Amino acid sequence: MSDLTGKTAIITGASRGIGAEIAKRFAEAGANVVVNYSGSQQKAEAVVEAIKQNGGEAIAVKANVADAEAVKAMVEETMAAFGSVDILVNNAGITRDNLMMRMKDDEWDDVINTNLKGVFVCTKAVTRQMMKQRSGRIVNIASIVGVMGNAGQANYVASKAGVIGLTKTTARELASRGITANAVAPGFITTDMTDQLNEDIQKSMMSQIPLGRFGKPEEVAKAALFLASDEASYMTGQTLHLDGGMVM
Amino acid sequence: MATVLERVTKVIVDRLGVEENEVKLEASFTGDLGADSLDVVELVMELEDEFDMEISDEDAEGMATVGDAVSYIEKKQA
Ligand SMILES: NC(=O)c1ccc[n+]([C@@H]2O[C@H](COP(=O)([O-])OP(=O)(O)OC[C@H]3O[C@@H](n4cnc5c(N)ncnc54)[C@H](OP(=O)(O)O)[C@@H]3O)[C@@H](O)[C@H]2O)c1
Repeated sequence: MSDLTGKTAIITGASRGIGAEIAKRFAEAGANVVVNYSGSQQKAEAVVEAIKQNGGEAIAVKANVADAEAVKAMVEETMAAFGSVDILVNNAGITRDNLMMRMKDDEWDDVINTNLKGVFVCTKAVTRQMMKQRSGRIVNIASIVGVMGNAGQANYVASKAGVIGLTKTTARELASRGITANAVAPGFITTDMTDQLNEDIQKSMMSQIPLGRFGKPEEVAKAALFLASDEASYMTGQTLHLDGGMVM
Repeated sequence: MATVLERVTKVIVDRLGVEENEVKLEASFTGDLGADSLDVVELVMELEDEFDMEISDEDAEGMATVGDAVSYIEKKQA
């Protein structure tokens, strides 16, 4: 079993969906968890409450992942509460889907800012502490569409392909300091993000999934837990596909 | 009380694993002391901690030698 006892993990975008599930799993595995969110304070506090009910340790911290000042303050708050930063899961992400021909500049900018710049900002902010510790685990939640492309998601696909490249560079830059960086590329996972897709799109996605079903947030959480734990100690720069077989 | 040079020297010796007598004012971090670019970043971080000051990225880029670091710190402390 992957054990995170005594480790501190910052999970971005952990108020809902996949991030909330990762936060709960990591807490079960023994980690002190920072539940980051941007707007949903009540939901973030509910995640913290659930973790505490279960005997775990967690705090909720509001910060827009693309805002370097806010993220710096979040890392400081983490240090004050738990005294180390061992794991960062860059999970916060948004979609603003549109055909490229129709896509507005701000739809492009919003998605690139949150999904790609956010990963850069948060990674940079924890690196100092992880370098000092001579250890750290960075897990980036990308997406399978960053590997295969997807009509109607130019901004999102570009951001996720960017995250995969950034993961490899992070891995190379920090390997000598005992820090690993890996990505998870989920396929279609049932959350708020995918609930907003219409039925036709859901059906056509389903037809591309060999395992014949959508994934669950806890299935992504298990993969993230593996990558964040000592079990994955010899793995860095990789992207785990978690997509029911969509891309092989 | 140790001088700035003595304290800088200690940080460099600890971080880069060089001999104390190699740490001369004119010694460059990357050329003479065998640091790679990440070592220099770390060195600056440790100097920040040692002297309890913030060194901006721009200022850090201007520090190539031991002497650069010492005079920067002395100026900032003055
Ligand atoms: N669901 C899928 O099928 C799927 C597939 C592949 C990849 N992914 C990726 O998995 C990750 C999580 O997706 P999800 O489906 O769980 O999404 P979700 O249910 O929509 O939740 C998104 C989370 O991100 C947070 N967030 C959004 N913008 C933020 C910002 N600027 N700063 C900080 N937090 C922010 C939200 O916080 P608030 O609640 O405060 O808004 C929320 O907690 C995303 O990176 C997504 O791209 C999802």
